Amino acid sequence: MWKIRIFAIVLLLAGFGVGYFNYSSEIDPNSQYPFSLGLDLSGGTHLVYQTDISKVDPFDVRDSMNTLQDVIERRVNLFGVSEPVVQIEEKGAFKKVEDRNYRLIVELPGVTDINQAVSMIGKTPLLEFKTERPEGTEKEAIIKALQEAQAVIEAGGSPQITSLLLQDPYFLPTELTGRYLERAQLTFDQNTSEPQVSLVFNKEGSDLFAEITKENIGKVVAIYLDGNPISTPVVRSEITGGRAEISGGFTPEEARELVRNLNFGALPVPIELLTTQTIGASLGEQAAVDGVQAGILGLIAVAIFMFIWYRLPGILAIISLGIYLAMMLALFKLIPVTLTAAGITGFILSIGMAVDANILIFERTKEELRAGRNTREAIREGFARAWLSIRDANISSIITAVILFWFGTSLIKGFALTFGLGVLISMISAITVTRTFLLAVSKEKHSKFTRFLFGTGLKF
Amino acid sequence: MFVINYRKIFLSISAILVALSVFAIFFFGLNFGIDFKGGSITEVSYPTERPTLNQVEESINSLGLSESLIQPIGEDGFLVRTQSLKEEERLSLINALSLGKTVELKEERFNSIGPVVGEEMKSKAWVAIFTVIFAIILFIAFIFRHVSEPVSSWKYGLVAIVALIHDIIIPTGIFAFLGSMFIEAQIDVLFVTALLAILGFSINDTIVVFDRIRENLRINLQGHIREEFSKTVGKSLRQTFARSINTSMTTLFVLLALYFFGPETTKNFTLVLSIGLIAGTYSSIFLASPLLVVIERFSSKRN
Repeated sequence: MWKIRIFAIVLLLAGFGVGYFNYSSEIDPNSQYPFSLGLDLSGGTHLVYQTDISKVDPFDVRDSMNTLQDVIERRVNLFGVSEPVVQIEEKGAFKKVEDRNYRLIVELPGVTDINQAVSMIGKTPLLEFKTERPEGTEKEAIIKALQEAQAVIEAGGSPQITSLLLQDPYFLPTELTGRYLERAQLTFDQNTSEPQVSLVFNKEGSDLFAEITKENIGKVVAIYLDGNPISTPVVRSEITGGRAEISGGFTPEEARELVRNLNFGALPVPIELLTTQTIGASLGEQAAVDGVQAGILGLIAVAIFMFIWYRLPGILAIISLGIYLAMMLALFKLIPVTLTAAGITGFILSIGMAVDANILIFERTKEELRAGRNTREAIREGFARAWLSIRDANISSIITAVILFWFGTSLIKGFALTFGLGVLISMISAITVTRTFLLAVSKEKHSKFTRFLFGTGLKF
Repeated sequence: MFVINYRKIFLSISAILVALSVFAIFFFGLNFGIDFKGGSITEVSYPTERPTLNQVEESINSLGLSESLIQPIGEDGFLVRTQSLKEEERLSLINALSLGKTVELKEERFNSIGPVVGEEMKSKAWVAIFTVIFAIILFIAFIFRHVSEPVSSWKYGLVAIVALIHDIIIPTGIFAFLGSMFIEAQIDVLFVTALLAILGFSINDTIVVFDRIRENLRINLQGHIREEFSKTVGKSLRQTFARSINTSMTTLFVLLALYFFGPETTKNFTLVLSIGLIAGTYSSIFLASPLLVVIERFSSKRN
């Protein structure tokens, strides 16, 4: 008996300890464990981009997605956004790689200027290498089409866009793009001390580059940035080492800028903005404050109800609910769980489930009391019988939460995670914390008074 | 138990509500939010002075955006719903809202979803709903696998699903009706999340009652007590009645607090949940168990 009472006190103290941890890490601005708030609460921008993998070899898709993620991450970090999220989302895991759909998800907390955010990510340069288009009918056709279009524009009309018009008459695209770039460096020509950008390719890039230079000795290999030629060097010999120098008459600043853009921004695949979501900080803060306020009010209502209806066990349930809340908040901090408006709602909803376990136990205990058992036996028996219902009911909730998490968008995921976690923790807290407290205050002898304490407040 | 004795009345109430809801869904149609049909929402506020609705409407109409709808929001803001916007279009909308930069304006929120994403979300939502229902049927069939007399275990699963469908059709019907009157009452991702949470809740409630029936059947079997099935179900309902009502009440307290004082963005969500919770509590007491009795009567008559 004393064992249980001591254990109850330990649980209570542990509850206070966890609560103190939450409190102290909240008032300390340099705490390692702050609550991490989602964009809808802290304000920020959520962008989803569609990637275009049609030009990528299926074997390289995964690689180029990793590179894309790296590049965007570096670019976002460069602009000093705190805790950005950059993710690649893969759709159609059962399909062939080339039929899958890859999306880039970027979350920028604190950035509410979408224009800035989009240009920060979207304006990254696309580096391409192009070879001379051979003389022939095709080249002439394109030049002719361009001239005709030019004439139409000069006459004040708008020309019809044909596929010919969209092609470069002088250069042909090659497979070599910024995707194969390992790094770019700022160097200076030893003779002229002119700034140069030196490129180092990875293994595949080196091979491609060697092949291109070999086939184009004496010809121009143009280097394009975002569709504009920035350098048009003439190839003197095959280059096998995977190194190339661009000397395009840069000023040192221009060269430095280009090196930075190439290193941090050479996108392996083109991307297109699909959805945008921005929420202002004040609106987000309002949502967070409202959510917490509503949670507290809801809790007070539940506490009053539990006290009136279940008397002493009701009070114990409120205490164990308090410990449950402290545990959940600590978990949110430690895991950490990103809290969104939907996430907070899921959490508050799980309070309802936590109370349910207690109610099941108390109702069962009361039945046993009515059958003439003393309080301790009634509690043990009530627990044993309620356990099956609690288990089955909670498992079905957890199944729902898992499926929601599996299928959901980030919004639903937030809800599913806090809800599922809440159901799981509440089950544990009901069968350990509530049980221990109840047994700690129970008696083997029963008097009218203990019957009153454990009885129902209102008659149905 | 009065629930069993007057089961025809309670079953009819459910049938009427479901029929009305189905009617509402077909008559009013579903008011899909931008999550599902694509589109954009822009919310701005004016720190100094809000222009009149007419001024803003005129200014926006000149842009030629399709389906644009402007509403005042709060004391000092406007909410604009349009087709999904590209960045340039968004900039020109903001420009129009500030009447060509003559009024000071703050961008509070912007949300744009392309139609492709909307379609994807729709199919994803269906898959999620069916997977949850399917998983729950399997789970019930599993936990009731030892129960076969007088009603076999799969019939418990079947009845639970009837209750589940009841619980999600009613909130959907109510929202179809509300959506025809208020643009805010939309079927969006949060609405579907709420439906899925309702599935979890409702099955919870139903399982607790079924659990009690299972236990009482076992006690009868062990004690060689002959009792009519309807009596056993009635007894089980009486024993779980207080728990069902109390649990729903406490959850409803929390939901109502969230509805009245919670974040604006989750208002609809908590409303759907509240409706679903009430429907779910009703169905587990007044629909699922009486239905079990009806099935038992029907099959014993046939034999």
